[in-house]
Amino acid sequence: MTFLSPLLFVGIAVFVGYLSSMKADTKKVAIHDETGLFANEFKALNSKDGEYVYQDLSSIDIKSLKDSITKESYEGLLYIPKVTNDKDLENKIQFISNESPSISFIENVQDIIAKKLTKDNFEKAKLDTLAIKNAEAKVNISLAKASGEESLKGLNEIKIAIGGAFGYLIMMFIIIYGNMVMRSVIEEKTNRIVEIIISSVKPFQLMMGKIIGTSLAGLLQFFIWAIIGLTLMIAASAFLGIDASPVAKLPPTIIQNAHQEFTGTAQMYIKELWGLPIATILISFVIYFIGGYFLYSSFYASIGAAVDNETDSQQFLLPIIMPLILAVYIGFFTVINDPHGTIATVFSMIPLTSPIVMLMRIPFGVPWWQLAISIALLFGTFFFVVWFAAKIYRVGILMYGKKPTWKELYKWLKY
Amino acid sequence: MSNILEVKNVVKKYGDYVALNEVSLTVPKGSIYGLLGPNGAGKTSLIRIINQITMPDSGEIILDGEKLSPKHIQQIGYLPEERGLYKTMKVGEQCLYLAQMKGLSKAEAKKQLEYWFERLGIQGWWNRKIQELSKGMAQKVQFVVCVLHKPKLLIFDEPFSGFDPVNANVIKDEILELRNQGSTIIFSTHRMESVEELCDHIALIHKSNKLIEGRLDDVKRKFRTNSFEVGILSDNVEGLMYDITQKFKVGQTNFKSLNNEIKLEIQLGNATPNELLHILTQRGQVTHFMEKIPSVTDIFIQAVSEK
Repeated sequence: MTFLSPLLFVGIAVFVGYLSSMKADTKKVAIHDETGLFANEFKALNSKDGEYVYQDLSSIDIKSLKDSITKESYEGLLYIPKVTNDKDLENKIQFISNESPSISFIENVQDIIAKKLTKDNFEKAKLDTLAIKNAEAKVNISLAKASGEESLKGLNEIKIAIGGAFGYLIMMFIIIYGNMVMRSVIEEKTNRIVEIIISSVKPFQLMMGKIIGTSLAGLLQFFIWAIIGLTLMIAASAFLGIDASPVAKLPPTIIQNAHQEFTGTAQMYIKELWGLPIATILISFVIYFIGGYFLYSSFYASIGAAVDNETDSQQFLLPIIMPLILAVYIGFFTVINDPHGTIATVFSMIPLTSPIVMLMRIPFGVPWWQLAISIALLFGTFFFVVWFAAKIYRVGILMYGKKPTWKELYKWLKY
Repeated sequence: MSNILEVKNVVKKYGDYVALNEVSLTVPKGSIYGLLGPNGAGKTSLIRIINQITMPDSGEIILDGEKLSPKHIQQIGYLPEERGLYKTMKVGEQCLYLAQMKGLSKAEAKKQLEYWFERLGIQGWWNRKIQELSKGMAQKVQFVVCVLHKPKLLIFDEPFSGFDPVNANVIKDEILELRNQGSTIIFSTHRMESVEELCDHIALIHKSNKLIEGRLDDVKRKFRTNSFEVGILSDNVEGLMYDITQKFKVGQTNFKSLNNEIKLEIQLGNATPNELLHILTQRGQVTHFMEKIPSVTDIFIQAVSEK
């Protein structure tokens, strides 16, 4: 699994990229336009690469059309009835189909009709459409830091994506490898081999060894994944000519438009990205990974020691998973809105959530003292938690047969 | 120092429950020491303390003249009652790992393992996984793990459970051999016949307290009731019974014999066997006369039910 998982991931990414780069089947849409106003608007949209091909079938009787769309391979029938007042058109137009059309398609159609109607309305009112168009103001606020550098829009999203990716990774690793620690403790306990082992080493040593061992295994696996994944990704995009990145999904026109702006702004983005505290991000990722993982693994280890089988562990796992989920939510909802607000700051200090929340804040720039306090708190709590987890562990691994209650766990602390 | 292990006034509590109450034991070097007691008496608690798995609340333990400390772990071998090994690990790797935890070097561990595997006839198992072995086979592996670092003190908790009679005998012989090579063996069990057969010292723990300790012979001497099994052929049974019930407490008993005699168990109290014999010979032909020596089972039941 160690080597296969990244292969699987890359395989899926390539597969998705391949699927999205495939041209969708052209869908035929019949138009029965009794007003004669819109058919040409739609026909003008027909192109070779378009997903939808519009056919003007206004000459055919609507009743027979309704019957035939099911038999013919039409996606649906856009029925624009004759009305006395154009105002009525706003509510009278129907799209008749057997399967519900996609929302984006309907919105698109509505947009086209609305635009045409608005334009006609302007003309009827004798307004100069060109003048109106020219009068429309487009505002584009550019962001700048107090230090004077110009910032770029969308950078916040990139920052939260980077921080979020690392934070999410930490959560995943804590859950996956924490569970591994727990399972291994339960295995040793149910195997009863634990009695032989702790007659050779102290329970504390066994627990710490397990936690450190799995965390190193986790880091190693992470690096293997990263390296294999990266290599495969590069190889796949080079050999197959498929760009697995989301850009492939954008329509060609947008890419073309973006291209002119891009050459200019791309350099700025790259400069801005390099300006991110990458070293800080990576170093704090490792620190928070170790701290957060150790902290949670101690919980997992003591839970493993307290119960006899995995089913019994659920009751104790919930309070552990809650702060992790909370941290991710805070990261994605609060940090992106207000990276230095009270909530984000407080939760990046609380040791149970700090590994995730702080990592999401770091790309936005965090003062050193906050980082220092957060890390100190994390490791301080870790030593405290290890101390009491070891107590539960020590008693728990030799207790068999019954599922302890919270009260009993508290009693074990005093043994 | 003639004692390998001295347990002095050890107290262990779990919350309000007292598992061991001022327990003291002395295990002489080179003995096979039976640690007896009903379920829940505190045997396992005591064994865990000797193995330094848990710490006593008070009291001390002296191993071979020194206060017990982590360095002594290498001098103790422990076979727990609840057996277990890593199921998916290979036998050889696992034994090497466990031996290295007991402080052996890899090369030394390998040498010892080869010796023991050959001795117990399990050479072919090196690359097999524990889950492929039967329960008895896994027990053998565990026995090897327990003894291969040549500990001074071996603690076996129910060593014969799970073995068929043939393999139980193999293990018994190995235990005796280890004793002959100078190890001391503490032996915790419910199987009284193996205590009778192997142990030269015993201690009985009941409800957290030590009730009895000493050489098996001494304990038996202490528990003897001065009663005798008597077989007698007599023409005048009524007269005989009258005579002896005057002086002694008499009960029925049973033993194997070829005669059709009266079988009695007679408690002498303060009288001597000769006084009894004197009466008996006047009334009939004595065919059987033997002191009733208490078995370990008798001692166990008597001591436990007295308290």
